[in-house]
Amino acid sequence: MASTTLPTHPSATAPAPKPQQWTAARRREALEGILYTSPWIIGFWVFVAGPLFASMWFSLTKYNVLRPPQFIGLQNYIVAFTNDPLFYPSIWRTFYFALLSVPLAMVGSLFVALLLNQKLVGTAAWRTLYFLPTLTPIVAAALLWRWMLNPDVGLINYLLEQIGIEGPGWLSSTTWAIPALVIMGLWASVGGSRMIIFLAGLQDVPTELLEAAEIDGAGTWAKFWKVTLPMITPTVFFNLVLGIIFALRTFDIAFVSTAGGPARATWFISLHIYQNAFVSFDMGYASALAWVFFVILFTLTFVQFRLSGRWVFYAGER
Amino acid sequence: MAEQAIRQQNVQQRPVYRSGRSYALGRIGGRTLLYAIVAIGAAASMMPFFWTVVSSGKTITELYRYPPTFWPESPQFVANYVEVWNVVPFGRWMLNTTWVTFWALLGGTLSSAIVAYGFSRFRFPGRELFFFVTLATMMLPVEVTLIPTYLLFNKLKWLDTYYPLIIPAWLGGGAFNIFLMRQFMLGIPFDLDEAAKIDGASSWRVLWQIILPLCKPALATLATLGFITNWNNFLGPLIFLKTESKYTVAVGLRYLQSAVAGGSAVVSRPQDHLLMAAALMVALPCLILFFVGQKYFVQGIVTTGIKG
Repeated sequence: MASTTLPTHPSATAPAPKPQQWTAARRREALEGILYTSPWIIGFWVFVAGPLFASMWFSLTKYNVLRPPQFIGLQNYIVAFTNDPLFYPSIWRTFYFALLSVPLAMVGSLFVALLLNQKLVGTAAWRTLYFLPTLTPIVAAALLWRWMLNPDVGLINYLLEQIGIEGPGWLSSTTWAIPALVIMGLWASVGGSRMIIFLAGLQDVPTELLEAAEIDGAGTWAKFWKVTLPMITPTVFFNLVLGIIFALRTFDIAFVSTAGGPARATWFISLHIYQNAFVSFDMGYASALAWVFFVILFTLTFVQFRLSGRWVFYAGER
Repeated sequence: MAEQAIRQQNVQQRPVYRSGRSYALGRIGGRTLLYAIVAIGAAASMMPFFWTVVSSGKTITELYRYPPTFWPESPQFVANYVEVWNVVPFGRWMLNTTWVTFWALLGGTLSSAIVAYGFSRFRFPGRELFFFVTLATMMLPVEVTLIPTYLLFNKLKWLDTYYPLIIPAWLGGGAFNIFLMRQFMLGIPFDLDEAAKIDGASSWRVLWQIILPLCKPALATLATLGFITNWNNFLGPLIFLKTESKYTVAVGLRYLQSAVAGGSAVVSRPQDHLLMAAALMVALPCLILFFVGQKYFVQGIVTTGIKG
C-alpha cells in the first residue's frame, strides 16, 4: 500500500536543525509548519491538555458549578476509596464485563477473520454481512437487542425454548444483565475494525512459511499454532490493548439498555462518573473518579506494553 | 494491490503433494463445512436486523403475542413508520443530525488535512515530540477531559447549542484523523511539491492544488468514518443538548425509548414497534453509506491499525 513506503526526502526524517544554523528559508519553513499545525496546537491545549490539568485541579475541590470551586485537598479521593458504596462495586462490575467480553471478542474476531481469509467465493459480500452490525448506532443496537432479549416475547428466549432451554431474564436479571451486555457488545463489534485488522494481519503472514510447514507435514491446526499465530502477535497485541480500553470504558450500551440496573448490576465506572458529573453536578468528585479511572487504564496499558516483549514477535526485528 | 498479489500467488503456488479420491472428497466436505459455518455466522449477525424489520411492521397486539410470528400477519409498516414521525419530532431530529454531522465532518476532514500537511511537509522544533503526544491522546479516556470541557462550554454559554459538537472538530479533527492523513501524505512523493515550489507556488497553493487532490482516497476514508462517528455520537449530544427540539437522532431515540415505555404524556402504553421502526431509520443512513464507501472503510481501518 502507498502509505507503507516511507519517503527518502530529508525533511521527513531529519531532526530539526539547531537554531544557530538556521537560514531564512529554514526559519520560514518552521514558521509555516507551526502555522499549519496551529489549529491542532490550539485544539490540543483547549480540548485535551487544558481539560486534563483542569480536571486534576477540580478533583481536589468541591464544585457544584453554581459556586466557585473550593479546595478540599484529597478529600474526594478519600471518599471514593472509603465512603462510596458504589465505587468498588462499579469497578468490579466493569472488570467483570471486560473479563467476559475481551477474550470472547478477541477469539471471535480472529475466528471470523480466519474464516474470511479462506479464499471464499464472494468474500466482499460475506465481509459486508459481518461488518454491518458495527455500523449500527449503539443506541439503536441496544434497543434492537433489548427487544431480542425480552424475557417474555423475545426471539432469543423463543429460540432457546425450541431446543428445550428455559431462557433467563437477561437484562432484568442481576445475574444475566452483564452477560447480556457482553452478547450485545459482541454482536456490535465482532465483525468490525478488530476483525478487519486481524484479516490484514493474516494476509501479511508469508505464504512461504505456511508452505514450508505444510511440506514438513504440519496439519491445519499445527500451522495455525506454530506459524500463523506467532506471526500475527503484533496484531493481537494492538487489538488487545485497544479492546481492553474500550471494554472498560463501556458506557452507551449500558446506559441505554439497562441504565445501570437492575439493582445496579450494570453500574459501570463510566456510569458512576456520568451520574456524579451530569446528574448530581458534583464536578469535583466526578473528576476524582475520572482520574482514578484514568490511572487504572494507564497502568493496565503500561503493564501490557512492558509484558509485550515476552510474547509479541516482530518479524522485522533482530 | 499487494493484498491481491499475495492471494494470487497463494493460489498458484499451493503445492499439491497429496492426491487421490478420498483427499478430494475430504476437501469438498471441508469446503462445505466452511461455507456452512460462514453462513451461520452471517445469519446470526443479520438476525437482529431481520427481527427489527419484522417487529416494526406488527400491530401492538401481535407484537406482544407468544410464540412470536415471523412475519406480520397484517403488515403495518407504513402506519407505524408514519406514527413515529407524529409521536416525536423525528424529521426535525434527522435534520439536526444532518446539520451537525455535515459541519463536524467538514471541519474534521479539512482541518486534519491542513494539520497533517504541517506535520508531514515542514520541519519545526518539537515536531516529533508533539506528534508523539498527539498519538498518545488517542489512548486518553474521554471521561477525564469531559468535565472541564463541559464547564468551558457552560462558561461560553454554548450549552444547548451545536457549537460543542462542531467547533472541536474544526481544531484538528482529532488525533486519529491527523495520524491517518499524515501517513497518507508521507506516501506522496516530495518531488511533486518541490517542483511546484521551484515554479514559485506558495505552500498554501501546493496544499490545495497538488497535495489535496492526491489525498482524495484518504479524504474519502475520513469522510466515511467521520460520518459514522458523528451520526452515532451519543455522549456529546446527551450532555450538551437540553431542548428536545434540538436533539440529534441518537439522543432522540433514547428519548423515544423512555416515552414509549408507557405511562408518559406522549404514549399511554408500551409501543416497542415504534421504537424498532425508529431504530431502523436511525441506522439506515449508516448502512447505506457503507455500501457506497465500503472500500474506504476497510482502507482506513487497515492503514491506522497496522501500518502505524
